[in-house]
Amino acid sequence: MAPYLLKRLISLVLSLLAASVVIFLVLQVVPGDPASYMLGMNAQPETVEALRQQMGLNEPLVWRYLTWVGGLTHGDFGVSYTYKVPTGELIAQRLWVSLPLALYALLLSTLIALPIGILSAAKRNSAADYGIMGVTQLGIAVPNFWFAMLLVLLFSITLRWFSAGGFPGWNAGVFVALKALTLPAVALALPQASILARVMRSSLLDTLSEDYIRTARAKGLTRGQTLVRHAVRNAMIPVLTIIGLQFSFLLAGAIIIENVFYLPGLGRLVFQGITQRDLIVVQSVVMLLVFAVIVITFLVDIAYAIADPRLRSRAR
Amino acid sequence: MNSLMKLMTTAAILVATSALTPAFAANTAITVGMVLEPPNLDPTSGAAAAIREVTYANIFQGLTRFDENGAIIPDLAKSWDISADGLSYTFHLATGVKFHDGSPFSADDVKFSLDRARAPDSTNAQKGLFADIASVDVVDPATVKVTLKKPNGSFLFNMAWGDAVILSPKSIATEATNPVGTGPFKLVNWVKGDRVELAKFDGYWGAAPKLDKVTFKFIADPSAAFAAMMAGDVDAFPLFPAAETLEQFKADPRFAVIAGNTEGETLLAMNNGKKPFDNIKVREAVAHAINRKEIIDGAMFGYGTPIGTHFAPHNPDYVDLTAQSNYDPEKSKALLKEAGYPDGFTVSLKLPPPPYARRGGEIIASQLAKVGIKAQITNVEWAQWLEQVFKGKDYDLTIVSHTEPMDIDIYGRDNYYFNYKSDAFKKIMADLSVTTDPAKRSELLKAAQKRIADDYVNAFLFELPRLGVANAKIVGIWKNQPTPSNDMSAVYWKD
Repeated sequence: MAPYLLKRLISLVLSLLAASVVIFLVLQVVPGDPASYMLGMNAQPETVEALRQQMGLNEPLVWRYLTWVGGLTHGDFGVSYTYKVPTGELIAQRLWVSLPLALYALLLSTLIALPIGILSAAKRNSAADYGIMGVTQLGIAVPNFWFAMLLVLLFSITLRWFSAGGFPGWNAGVFVALKALTLPAVALALPQASILARVMRSSLLDTLSEDYIRTARAKGLTRGQTLVRHAVRNAMIPVLTIIGLQFSFLLAGAIIIENVFYLPGLGRLVFQGITQRDLIVVQSVVMLLVFAVIVITFLVDIAYAIADPRLRSRAR
Repeated sequence: MNSLMKLMTTAAILVATSALTPAFAANTAITVGMVLEPPNLDPTSGAAAAIREVTYANIFQGLTRFDENGAIIPDLAKSWDISADGLSYTFHLATGVKFHDGSPFSADDVKFSLDRARAPDSTNAQKGLFADIASVDVVDPATVKVTLKKPNGSFLFNMAWGDAVILSPKSIATEATNPVGTGPFKLVNWVKGDRVELAKFDGYWGAAPKLDKVTFKFIADPSAAFAAMMAGDVDAFPLFPAAETLEQFKADPRFAVIAGNTEGETLLAMNNGKKPFDNIKVREAVAHAINRKEIIDGAMFGYGTPIGTHFAPHNPDYVDLTAQSNYDPEKSKALLKEAGYPDGFTVSLKLPPPPYARRGGEIIASQLAKVGIKAQITNVEWAQWLEQVFKGKDYDLTIVSHTEPMDIDIYGRDNYYFNYKSDAFKKIMADLSVTTDPAKRSELLKAAQKRIADDYVNAFLFELPRLGVANAKIVGIWKNQPTPSNDMSAVYWKD
């Protein structure tokens, strides 16, 4: 186990290092100067120069890279060019929206997808199965921002049950905050639940045709007992993998939904950072997301190794 | 058990009261929607209009200020005397003024702010406003004297800009995140990415505002802005991004549509320094190929005043020169032939993000195509536009609105992105800067407008409108926009 872990750990560090170089360089190539952007069309060249100096943009490239990475290693993300507050603070504020939203959406998606996926597989070729397949096909096809607009139209403008968007903050109370995240979470969860239900169904169907299911039935278990005790459990491995992937996606990819519901999440921070050329914020958030994805993958790898002894021996 | 009951009762009361508060507070609180969030709240170190939309006349004040219609009125300076030679301005300051941190305001703060803005290491985005100041002297705590290097007819106008507000030296280091001004509202809370909350400043020296609380909420997406207005999450949206939905608001008695002017001259700018636009005949041909009405109807949903030069139509000195560049495709084709382009040519058209540019660009490209000019559209972000078009002058055509008030002087600047070089125009500007007599100034301003129209420097399209939506019960929201601002000091709810 130890050599396997070590090997994975080295690859993790190397991936992070490579990512930091790529992110930093790409942002240097993007046209647009943060200082000119801030000072606008009427600024005098000497003023722009003074601001560049103040922002540390006139330091050599390598030096700027090293300061940034050096800071990252002890959790210092640098100071935002435009907001003029520590980037770490900005990210933390946004995480308090993005992380609960991702978890909320994931929870909804899992709670919807697993039962209907199982039902669909258990009652294969029934009306329920066809119905579920049809609905999930639609769920994948409908763009989530469009679905979000429909939700707003119905629940905010017509029924006025929910705000059309915005986030009051956790200080306003857990219930109020969760309520504000409900429509976005539903909009995010729909396509994810559709995908997950289909994965659950096909994985379960594969398992149901295995020999050990027949054995279980032969030793006298009912269909239901076989399903719960043997089939579903074994069918869960691909489903868990998809859930892991979906979580990374929901954390980083909710930007359009954040725009529709004007939520102050990570996606919008990056978007704003890009338009305003707040490079330090962009590179730090992207780096954090890379870090999250790599760490999740690392944890999944370890989980596989624990679950499947064959992986461990192969690594040795 | 008892304490648990108490806790739960308290919680229940808290929940109940928090649910009820909006109903009681509705008359003194307002939520205002804005498209862009200010990057920071220091108007003396950044050009973003959003900074002024939050702070101007609310948090910060200057010596003078703009009113809703663009007139210059006293602010922190109650009155002023101008010496006969026009070189020295003595400002008599308001007394009893306090900053939000409780410290008293005096002439020292004026000297500090003006000296800081014109210092060599200043990062003021409009440093040019202060260029003519020779010295600032404190006469006594309530009097300050500003001496100019040469007479400047627009000095009081310059001092009204958001970039010329008076700050306290004590709070200068943290101004970006914790602005401390002398205005009727102070900053309470800023949830980055979501909202800025202001509250009435009890120590305010002037007439107390009628609102207790102002919340600026940031909604970038046009359809989200529409939904937020419709759902009542936002009470007013003074610069509403979804112009296509205005008819719907007009038809709804709950809302009022507020349409006014801005200082934004919207141009199809031409690179005068580059072939084929270095030829005046080609520029004239472009001007005659443009149908302004079609652009205003198609891109602006009918809002916007056509212009024939770079000047605001609501300004008393404006000259209507639209006839000189009327829509005449036949004349345009003839001019192109004369210029040696009988079959037209292909050029690039770079469009920044605002809808007037992106929507207007499509229409203009099709109008140009009718006279044989093929414009290839490239959409660019603002940062890219600033770097490539504005700084690098790497463009043929672009569409942009110049929103600074009274900015016709840009045509006299060396190295400006139009690449327009005219000694005649520069002479007019030089004369203007030393003329203080109103009648003569007016004459010069008119001459300047004619000069650039005669030279067909750019195709002048329309004056950008200020289009807003508000709850019909709100009174006092600015109709026009002489400077970026959401002045909330006189806004209130009628019953």
